Amino acid sequence: MNIDASTWLVAALVVPPIGAMLAFVFGGRAAPRIALATSLAGVGISGALLWTLVRTGEPLVVRVGGWMPPLGITLRADGLAGLLMMASSLIVLAVAMSAGAEPSLRSPRPGVMFWVLLQAVAGALVAAFISSDLFSFYVALELLTFAAVPLVSLQGSAKTIDAALRYLLFALLGSLAYLLGVGIVYGLFGALDLGELSIRIAAAPERSSLLGAALALMIVGLLAKTALFPLHLWLPPAHAGAPPPASALLSALVVKGSYLIMVRLWFDLAPGSMPQGAAMFVGALGAGAILFGSAMALQQARLKMIIAYSTLAQLGYLFLLFPLARGDTFEAAFAGASLQAVSHAFAKSAMFLGAGLLAARFGSDRLDSLRGAMRAMPLTVAAIVMAGLSLVGLPPSGGFWAKWLLLTAAVESGQWWWSITMLLGSALAVGYIWRVLSAMMEPGEQGPPDAVPLRSSVPGRAFRAAELAALGLALISLLLGLFAFVPVEVIGIGRAGGDALGGVAP
Amino acid sequence: MTPATILGIGAAIIVSIALYGVVTASSLLRRIVALNLLGGGIFLLFGVIARRGAAAGFESDPVPQALVITGIVVAFAGTALAVALVVRLEQARNESPDADGERLDGADAP
Repeated sequence: MNIDASTWLVAALVVPPIGAMLAFVFGGRAAPRIALATSLAGVGISGALLWTLVRTGEPLVVRVGGWMPPLGITLRADGLAGLLMMASSLIVLAVAMSAGAEPSLRSPRPGVMFWVLLQAVAGALVAAFISSDLFSFYVALELLTFAAVPLVSLQGSAKTIDAALRYLLFALLGSLAYLLGVGIVYGLFGALDLGELSIRIAAAPERSSLLGAALALMIVGLLAKTALFPLHLWLPPAHAGAPPPASALLSALVVKGSYLIMVRLWFDLAPGSMPQGAAMFVGALGAGAILFGSAMALQQARLKMIIAYSTLAQLGYLFLLFPLARGDTFEAAFAGASLQAVSHAFAKSAMFLGAGLLAARFGSDRLDSLRGAMRAMPLTVAAIVMAGLSLVGLPPSGGFWAKWLLLTAAVESGQWWWSITMLLGSALAVGYIWRVLSAMMEPGEQGPPDAVPLRSSVPGRAFRAAELAALGLALISLLLGLFAFVPVEVIGIGRAGGDALGGVAP
Repeated sequence: MTPATILGIGAAIIVSIALYGVVTASSLLRRIVALNLLGGGIFLLFGVIARRGAAAGFESDPVPQALVITGIVVAFAGTALAVALVVRLEQARNESPDADGERLDGADAP
């Protein structure tokens, strides 16, 4: 049984890069087929992995090549990693299903590159989710960056290349700051593996101030990569400029890779010893992101810019985890933030895919050009609305439970001020989702409801498949709330180990 | 002062000069060079750590050297990607100097 389980972990890591290379070599019409096959395989592998986790209730650990730390590399999938792998493989599959309807990806060159990069992103995400040593995190982060940056500039216009460059420079600076921190940590403790390190850190408390400096470097680097306000400058142009299926990947998944690594550093490296002041500071930045991102989303004229700024705001909720996860409220806050990461991923990818279909049909994603969308493309509009409900946090969506758990943690830990920010954020989200909805409900003078896309060469079948993919993602984000207890249970797997649940010392 | 200390101080100086360059440089190419310098400073620090023998007091620890090799490969790939994007940016600007206004969604053609 053990052999089977570890095979899944290795397969999850190996299949996407093999697919990426095959797609690059064969290109042309083979590329989409290879990508679809590997994304289907990805869903199967993550499903098997998640099933094993739930059945055994224990994290999966593979020591690559049988080498033990400190020399060997350990792959480790806990419940949170399994859940994120499941979410990301489903989203990658939906993106692969819907990319055929994106006009800008139908020309050969950006087309093939998209299919290669899609699998590269999928593989890099798995690497980020299941790594468990500081240097593998670095490699995974860089793989993710190098796969994500070219996605931004696929269209090749000066504006998108500019956005890609800005993204790359931010990301490189972030990962160099992270690497410098890794070097200092290794110099202090002589280990890289998270488990080994946490033992050595606990044994040498006199080095904690230097460790603090190294962690500060690493965390600032990760914040730049996750685009936490005010290090967000690269995100809106990059996410709004990419072709919509690529935007879905970037906004839903890529930013979660660096976030998960930050969570692991914060809670696993030196459990219970992160200073509350730092947690408050990161939480305040998250609160700033919620307010600023939502306010900016309210003012945008383009649907994709609204969605990109909404990503900024929704990422803010994730960072409320750090001040709230202490003592008694640790579990509620941790479950809330993890659920927020997953439900935002589904909702945001559905929205971007839907926005791409609207733009393909109406020739632009400006709100004032979307008149008549409700009548012409009811399925797509339904997907966007359902995803919007999850972003606002209305029951029974996954977003509702995520925000509810975070609110509970805020009230119970006596930090009521965070709950005001969360409620304001939801109110502002109602505002920007309502703007999108009312623009789509305006009666238009467009053609008959079942006409093929007005301004594109996309075959109707590809368009239909894309609509269904977006709708599926939106349904998952909406219905996640009905089964919220399942992910909440899964998140706990592999976290129950004594100290890890100790929370943050005051 | 041991050689390791001197090199460590050197690494710190290189990192701070490079950081200044990354933040203040006006041209993209300068910024990329500064990022490379920053990488160089960090790799030197890894070398110092290896020399000091961080893990279990080896005379010179091989692990940081292995990390530096990986780091150099990654830095090279990043630089190549950045330079390629700069070249493409110039080309795109020369091809259609007026067309970078309305292309954000890609769906409108002209």
